[in-house]
Amino acid sequence: MPLQSLDVVRRSATTLPSPEVRGAHTGQVAKLIDTTKCIGCKACQVACMEWNDLRDEIGTCTGHYDNPADLSEHSWTLMRYAEYENPKGDLEWLIRKDGCMHCEDPGCLKACPSPGAIVQYANGIVDFQEENCIGCGYCIAGCPFDIPRISKKDKKVYKCTLCSDRVAVGLEPACVKACPTGAIVFGTKEDMTQHAQERIVDLKSRGFDQAGLYDPAGVGGTHVMYVLHHADQPLLYSGLPEKPRISPTVGLWKGVTKPLALFAIAATAAIGFLHYIGIGPNETDEQDEDAARREQEKTP
Amino acid sequence: MNARDPERIERYGAATRINHWIVAISFVLLALSGLALFHPALFWLTNLFGGGPWTRILHPFIGCFMVAAFLLLSVKLWRDNMLQQRDWIWLRKIGDVVNNREQNLPEVGRYNGGQKILFFTIIVCLACLLLSGILIWRQYFSGYFSVDLVRLGALAHAFFGFVLICAIIVHIYAGIWVKGSIRAMTRGWVTPGWAWKHHRAWFREVTRGIQQR
Ligand code: HEM
Ligand code: SF4
Repeated sequence: MPLQSLDVVRRSATTLPSPEVRGAHTGQVAKLIDTTKCIGCKACQVACMEWNDLRDEIGTCTGHYDNPADLSEHSWTLMRYAEYENPKGDLEWLIRKDGCMHCEDPGCLKACPSPGAIVQYANGIVDFQEENCIGCGYCIAGCPFDIPRISKKDKKVYKCTLCSDRVAVGLEPACVKACPTGAIVFGTKEDMTQHAQERIVDLKSRGFDQAGLYDPAGVGGTHVMYVLHHADQPLLYSGLPEKPRISPTVGLWKGVTKPLALFAIAATAAIGFLHYIGIGPNETDEQDEDAARREQEKTP
Repeated sequence: MNARDPERIERYGAATRINHWIVAISFVLLALSGLALFHPALFWLTNLFGGGPWTRILHPFIGCFMVAAFLLLSVKLWRDNMLQQRDWIWLRKIGDVVNNREQNLPEVGRYNGGQKILFFTIIVCLACLLLSGILIWRQYFSGYFSVDLVRLGALAHAFFGFVLICAIIVHIYAGIWVKGSIRAMTRGWVTPGWAWKHHRAWFREVTRGIQQR
């Protein structure tokens, strides 16, 4: 199934190129989420449930608007509501639609040990291929945004697909279609960046002088971007990381260290082999037995 | 077969031998299933365990089993693996060791310096593999730890797995290299000449009837 798309530019745990003859010649895609336009209606959450046929457990109220309380294998996107008292003493309700950021350099994919369980298409979408997932959860450790969730039932990880199935046939993601205020828009990454710039100019003219685009360079940019009123303080938005990047620990774990370690293991065995050929075994001969016997006889 | 039998000296009793081979087989299974997830070039090893998910499921359980089995074995072998002055001299003369010039080496007890270092390498590696393995055991434990700790666990687990695999390759090769050693662990006995040559201090203890096992 994944290979049929012929536009797989990255495939987890795979050292040779995947079929990728189809490129994204009209530009890579991006979803732009304008937090300044979001009214927190959760239409996007519902659209995601409907399109993907997901039904999370009906939870309990945790004292705030976030519902469900966290992402799960059944909730691939989630509105997070933060109450922020600005320096002027006014309350700001900072609402952020959380979900996979579709990193250009995805930590999940880097960490995954199972060939083809995570792929990235030419258009930039990062997709999990659950039929190849072994359930180890390494992607959870690899992700800088705490996105993948492992199912308790089938032990596979799930996350937002950016509606790769819809996008593949020229439709926008379900959440984009449902948003009543136009806070979520979808198009080429270039267009979305440009649109964001227009929004930022507008916001600045209205007093949000720190307004900006969240497209973090640490992960090579993302295919889900935010317009933030306080781009200088992304953490205000329910802990959106300030400078996300693949953790250096993960880099070290999944970097050149792996082939080097394999080489060292092979070298250890090879040195043993060469020692055997070059120097040879250490054998016990008749003289040793005689010497031993003499000692045994001497010993009372 | 007793310790004064002039033809054979007992080195390992049946219980110890069985214990050792339980550990050894578990180790091979662990190394194969671990390496399967370690590098894409070795992912095919998951086929030996019934596929990727089964490899992921089985590996940590075999790991815990092996740690328990090794714990038993190490209790038995602990005393003889205490490093002594002469072991350090032995280790410094490693050039004579690898060139089969045993006449230049200090007398060796039941285990030589290299074997003792290996013993403690295994203990350190297993302890670290167990702790880091629990950190990355997603099904039961990872959720209780911060993601940074899990990342560290993954790195440490791969590292100590690597060290242990290299160490065990050396261990296996030593058995092939020093003829008569494998029989000690399969049949339980060695010839007096073997003991005299490789572990003279132990040979004398056994001959005098001080140490039996
Ligand atoms: C001591 C008990 C052990 C536990 C609890 C344990 C647990 C784990 C777990 C949970 C994983 C992650 C993949 C999975 O879910 O299967 C793993 C991977 C691995 N284990 Fe272990 N393990 C243990 C012992 C060992 C030993 C003795 C070795 C070496 C022979 C080893 C080598 C590896 C390797 C090489 C990996 C892959 C690491 C990577 O992908 O970078 N493990 N282990
Ligand atoms: S946000 Fe996390 S799950 Fe999504 S692509 Fe980036 S690393 Fe992968």
